Amino acid sequence: MSALVQSIGHSTLGFVRELGRMGWFLIYSLYVTARRPGSPLYILKQLKFIGAKSLFVIFLTAAFTGMVLGLQGYYTLRKFGSEGMLGTAVALSLIRELGPVLTALMVTGRAGSAITAEIGIMRITEQIDAMETMALDPFKYLITPKLIAAMIALPLLCSIFDVVGIYGGWLVGVKLLGVNPGAYFYEMEKAVLWQDVYSGILKSFSFGVIIAWISCYKGFFAGHGAEGVSKATTESVVLTSVLVLVWDYFLTSVLL
Amino acid sequence: MIKLSNIHKSFDSQTVLNGLNLDIPAGEITAIIGPSGEGKSVLIKHMIGLLRPDSGSVEVEGENILTVRRSQLNHIREKFGMLFQNAALFDSMNVFENVAFPLQEKTKLSRDEISTRVFSALENVGLKNVEKKFPDELSGGMKKRVALARALLLNPKIILFDEPTTGLDPIIKRAIHQLIKETHAKFGFTAVIVSHEIPEIFDIAQNVAMLYKGEILQYGPAEEIMNSTHPVVKQFISGSLDGPIQLV
Repeated sequence: MSALVQSIGHSTLGFVRELGRMGWFLIYSLYVTARRPGSPLYILKQLKFIGAKSLFVIFLTAAFTGMVLGLQGYYTLRKFGSEGMLGTAVALSLIRELGPVLTALMVTGRAGSAITAEIGIMRITEQIDAMETMALDPFKYLITPKLIAAMIALPLLCSIFDVVGIYGGWLVGVKLLGVNPGAYFYEMEKAVLWQDVYSGILKSFSFGVIIAWISCYKGFFAGHGAEGVSKATTESVVLTSVLVLVWDYFLTSVLL
Repeated sequence: MIKLSNIHKSFDSQTVLNGLNLDIPAGEITAIIGPSGEGKSVLIKHMIGLLRPDSGSVEVEGENILTVRRSQLNHIREKFGMLFQNAALFDSMNVFENVAFPLQEKTKLSRDEISTRVFSALENVGLKNVEKKFPDELSGGMKKRVALARALLLNPKIILFDEPTTGLDPIIKRAIHQLIKETHAKFGFTAVIVSHEIPEIFDIAQNVAMLYKGEILQYGPAEEIMNSTHPVVKQFISGSLDGPIQLV
């Protein structure tokens, strides 16, 4: 019995310690970002990696998400004779919810995992230690550029996702299923408010912080050897995805 | 120069350093020897603050690096250069960028000045026409020499060498030892070398410390340690299988 209590206590302490370390990591990363954000060249490099190189997957995901929304929306709305509202349904679903969340999940899979693996390998091959022995802060060179790049790239990618998704819905709804093209865009313009757009952008900005935070954190504290890096990468993708969804719920309940 | 007092360090339940005391004199080469897995790399990482002990103190030129603020620790670290066991070159940078990195970040030198100093540093370690190569295109010996060039570039007062010749062939090994000896004679830095190279290390180091079971078992001038009658030190230096050091 005492062994069980001891084990629970040990796990709880470990969990609290991990939470504290994660919190410290985020606060220190934001502090370094505000104080000395690092060379613009490093930030641009990361913008290319997180943003530009994610474009293809974002295009693809957005197009098919919009097309499925067009298809599902049409058959649901037709039951009520409201096919004209298809544009509104597609646009609001994408702008408020699916755009930010799916963009974040795609970037997590493509760039977040790579960030964790890159920093994890630098950790196990003592490259981060080497930087510290040169009296250089690894946060300035490794973490801050990724954090800034993710904060910029995610809202931009999300905006692209929304636009491509809306045209995906238009392709299926208007071109394939015969919804009136004027109604598709007119109803959308009437129903979508700037507040919806802002809330989507705000969400994707905060998801950018979550992706960079968890990916960098897991890599920075990766365990030993190839197995340690592989474990860190898996944990990073799972934790980021879960946190994105949890944070999305809280943010939505506040913004609604 | 570097003073470690009563250092205790454990990883999970394994005690690695157990009340270790060591005083590294300025301007001399001190070698740390001892069986594999005894914590020599752990010890050297304590000297520059990469690892923090569970208890004890680490002083560099009279300053306790465990109690100073991060900015002050970085100031102290500017006195150091370190050569890692696996060279620890930045794998996304080529040789030139690796060596130039500390200069670009820590000085206000122009591009041309940086370039001149990088080429000169590489030449000093016997490397030519490798500037554009990436670390994974270099042999083990070349990587260590690039790392040595990077460590020497800012003329540090103290250089820590973590097994600088492990895994190298005898000729490269001798070349690196010679290089350490020559650069030390030229610049007069304080050097700490973790090494398994016996007896060669006794030709380079002025002082030798034997680490065993988390403590410094014997410490003194190289010649004294070389001729030690202590059974553990004697067995380790002779490489004998019989004696107090057990393989398992």
